[in-house]
Amino acid sequence: MRSAVVLFPGSNRDRDAVAALTKVTGRAPVVVWHQDTTIPDVDLIVLPGGFSYGDYLRCGAIAARSPAMLDVARKAEAGVRVLGVCNGFQILTEAGLLPGVLMRNANLRFVCKRVKLKVANADTDFTRAYMQGQVIDCPVAHHDGNYFTDPETLARLEGDGRVAFRYAEGTNPNGSLNDIAGILNERGNVLGMMPHPENLIEKLHGGLDGRGLFQSVVESVAA
Amino acid sequence: MLRNDIPITPELVASHGLKPDEYRKILDLIGREPTFTELGIFSAMWNEHCSYKSSKKWLKTLPTTGDKVIIGPGENAGVIDIGDGQVAVFKMESHNHPSYIEPYQGAATGVGGILRDVFTMGARPIAAMNALRFGEPEHPKTRHLVAGVVAGIGGYGNAFGVPTVGGEVNFHPRYNGNCLVNAFALGLADRDGIFLSEAKGVGLPVVYLGAKTGRDGVGGATMASAEFDDTIEEKRPTVQVGDPFTEKRLLEACLELMKTGAVIAIQDMGAAGLTCSAVEMGAKGDLGIELDLDKVPAREENMSAYEMMLSESQERMLMVLEPSKKAEAEAVFRKWELDFAVVGVTTDDLRFRVKHHGDVVADLPIKDLGDQAPEYDRPWVAPKTPATIAPDEVPAVNDIGKALLQIVGSPDHSSRRWVYEQYDTLVQGNSAQIPGGDAGVVRVEGTKKALAMSSDVTPRYCEADPYEGGKQAIAEAWRNITAVGADPIAVTDNLNFGNPEKPEIMGQFVHAIKGLGEACRALDFPVVSGNVSLYNETNGQAILPTPTIVGVGLLPDVDAMATVAFKTDGDEILLVGGHGSHLGQSIYLRELFGREDGAPPPVDLQLEKRNGDFVRAAIRAGTVTACHDLSDGGLAVTLAEMAMSGNRGATVALDGVTPHVALFAEDQARYCVTVPAGSADAFVSAGRRAGVEVVRLGTVGGSALNLGSAGSISVASLSTAHEGWFETFMGGKAA
Repeated sequence: MRSAVVLFPGSNRDRDAVAALTKVTGRAPVVVWHQDTTIPDVDLIVLPGGFSYGDYLRCGAIAARSPAMLDVARKAEAGVRVLGVCNGFQILTEAGLLPGVLMRNANLRFVCKRVKLKVANADTDFTRAYMQGQVIDCPVAHHDGNYFTDPETLARLEGDGRVAFRYAEGTNPNGSLNDIAGILNERGNVLGMMPHPENLIEKLHGGLDGRGLFQSVVESVAA
Repeated sequence: MLRNDIPITPELVASHGLKPDEYRKILDLIGREPTFTELGIFSAMWNEHCSYKSSKKWLKTLPTTGDKVIIGPGENAGVIDIGDGQVAVFKMESHNHPSYIEPYQGAATGVGGILRDVFTMGARPIAAMNALRFGEPEHPKTRHLVAGVVAGIGGYGNAFGVPTVGGEVNFHPRYNGNCLVNAFALGLADRDGIFLSEAKGVGLPVVYLGAKTGRDGVGGATMASAEFDDTIEEKRPTVQVGDPFTEKRLLEACLELMKTGAVIAIQDMGAAGLTCSAVEMGAKGDLGIELDLDKVPAREENMSAYEMMLSESQERMLMVLEPSKKAEAEAVFRKWELDFAVVGVTTDDLRFRVKHHGDVVADLPIKDLGDQAPEYDRPWVAPKTPATIAPDEVPAVNDIGKALLQIVGSPDHSSRRWVYEQYDTLVQGNSAQIPGGDAGVVRVEGTKKALAMSSDVTPRYCEADPYEGGKQAIAEAWRNITAVGADPIAVTDNLNFGNPEKPEIMGQFVHAIKGLGEACRALDFPVVSGNVSLYNETNGQAILPTPTIVGVGLLPDVDAMATVAFKTDGDEILLVGGHGSHLGQSIYLRELFGREDGAPPPVDLQLEKRNGDFVRAAIRAGTVTACHDLSDGGLAVTLAEMAMSGNRGATVALDGVTPHVALFAEDQARYCVTVPAGSADAFVSAGRRAGVEVVRLGTVGGSALNLGSAGSISVASLSTAHEGWFETFMGGKAA
């Protein structure tokens, strides 16, 4: 599987994403600079976590308007899988590739801890290696992960099975609507999620539950 | 003669923190009255914070060399060898004064400053820690300071992208008027990729990198070299404002730049900004520096030379450039959208010359400003140390379970989860141990090696006996590194004290240094970097003497790492170092009887080494399933923490000892370990052969901590008390 990681000024989990992709897919991703106008031909584009442009204006707002994002939008339209983690999720909503917004955490504080995620839809390119309803461990690390959208959009997301992950067992760290942790676009090829599966892929991390997400993409590419 | 538009009056001199005799020294040195800008430059270079004038004499007595030491004190950070051509670069530095005045920005820029110290040397920061001391919880400012400092540390470190893997948070009324914010950072570099500040070569361009210069932080270093009084609020403009986004870009740009071969010397602009960085590069390289302030990227209009030279705007660097690489170097900075401006040149005349609007506004001897700044041998008196309290002078409690509950739920010994969950502990994906254990541990990416680090000092011990307290701080850092299975290599020290012009305070400082030095020598644990923060006083009341130590060690194989949690029912619990009896200055006395008295526990450094070497070898051999050192609160707190961490109980027998003494004594050089069922005998025998006392305590299992005749308490109730205090204190449950 070929992948690319887009690097924005202020990205800081780019190295984590590169390490996870390399360790799980066996192939190092291409790192694309935000000023590049063309993303190479790959199976998966990752927008990594971090604080692009220092979260100035709104989280992800400035990065969403970078040259590379124009091509990300074109590729997503063409069906290429796009994964936005944390700041990457924020960038995807700001770019209009996913609906809704990520507001400041309900308690107004940054939070870094391990939470439980329920796989709300295991029939997607990003979750097929998990079981439907499976509860996995996953770390979060964010200040603005409180997902919000209007009632019609929320109903559509829920009705169409576009909620991929939900915080489970009372571990919602940010106050998001319906415990939403990750959502898909209509076509199912763009996933945005606040938790960091890339930080739970080896023994050192104290668990392997994050691997399934990357394995899912590998499987769906092979399928 | 230089133009002098502002008359230099004795009041102006005094307001720059310069004493009359220091001003006379300036007049003698330059043979004329200084200009206003020059006075500012002297004030910036000769204040306590930048010159170490009160402490230098004593700092020189600390051991700073060793097999693994590549660069000791004097550079931006210390450098140690970690094998395979790699080095670890680290330092701790205080940002106490600014954090008290403006907690968020004070703490944030403290983190920014220490990260810059590390990456200036060519190292990518891979771990951060911090040691925080606040006033008593009831003090009206404490909550405000805790909230602001923690948010500031998180706000900067999280955005920059360095995991915060450990630290300390403590409360004591003696910090009511001066909080302590000591920030530590550690970076990774290749041994042949270390960059220094010493300028080399005449006529080479001096280049300004990073963010623009504004009026923030003017006079910050001078402010940080004075006591506080009731005018403290007026000092807010001396606090800098941090921008972690710029710092992150500066990191990436600097590391990219260093690969091009363009950097001859590089120095970050920290305290006293442009002045200190330029003087340091020149003085170290025996070269003059000429700066043209018209070329300095400015954020505000009409800044005076004085303001530019003393600004402490953050995220800036100064470097001496290899001229043939200018275009390549500039392109890197343009890519990261940062300023890159040639602002000066190196000269051979050993002068520090500053031009502004075509005028020379300063022309000073660079060596006298820098490495020949004043040095004092301040008078000091030996501290009076209290008598040792015998164990039978210490009252027992009726209910030991209740006492333990009270201690694990007290301000100083409750869980710090409220704090560390606001820090990104996981970014970079190499965190092997995050806050809550004996040491923070990060893997060296691409290897099996890991670096362990622990921040330690027990200020109440140092107050009672600075010499033993100094020894204890080093010993505890060494012990915590050992307790995860790592080889202790070196330390950085952050020495926080009151006003050194008072002989009693200077006596604390001198004795603490003697204790630190002795322990460093005995444990082969040299000091490779550090920082001194004096004048931590408000209206004449000094802080507790607080020589914060961060020890750093290396684990050759991270898979061998030990953690504190009880793992498996049936594991046998052993006490290495035997039962203790020293209750003077103990947490037991303080939390249950409101007493802070007696002598602190003495530190037997030979015993410390023997017991520690034994425990480390056992961990490495894979015979230990959990390990935790004994410190504050003694055996009882250690057992409680191992139980809470593993969420399982234990049954412990206390045969032939007085329960409250054995459980709460704070004798040093001790560890609690667990081994698999059936292997306790072999462990005890191995101890005997090594001359190490090992006592069998009991077994892991159940849901309560069963202390035999001393009673029993459920792990769940301990956890509830332990986890509850901080949240409740800060007034809100996390979502």
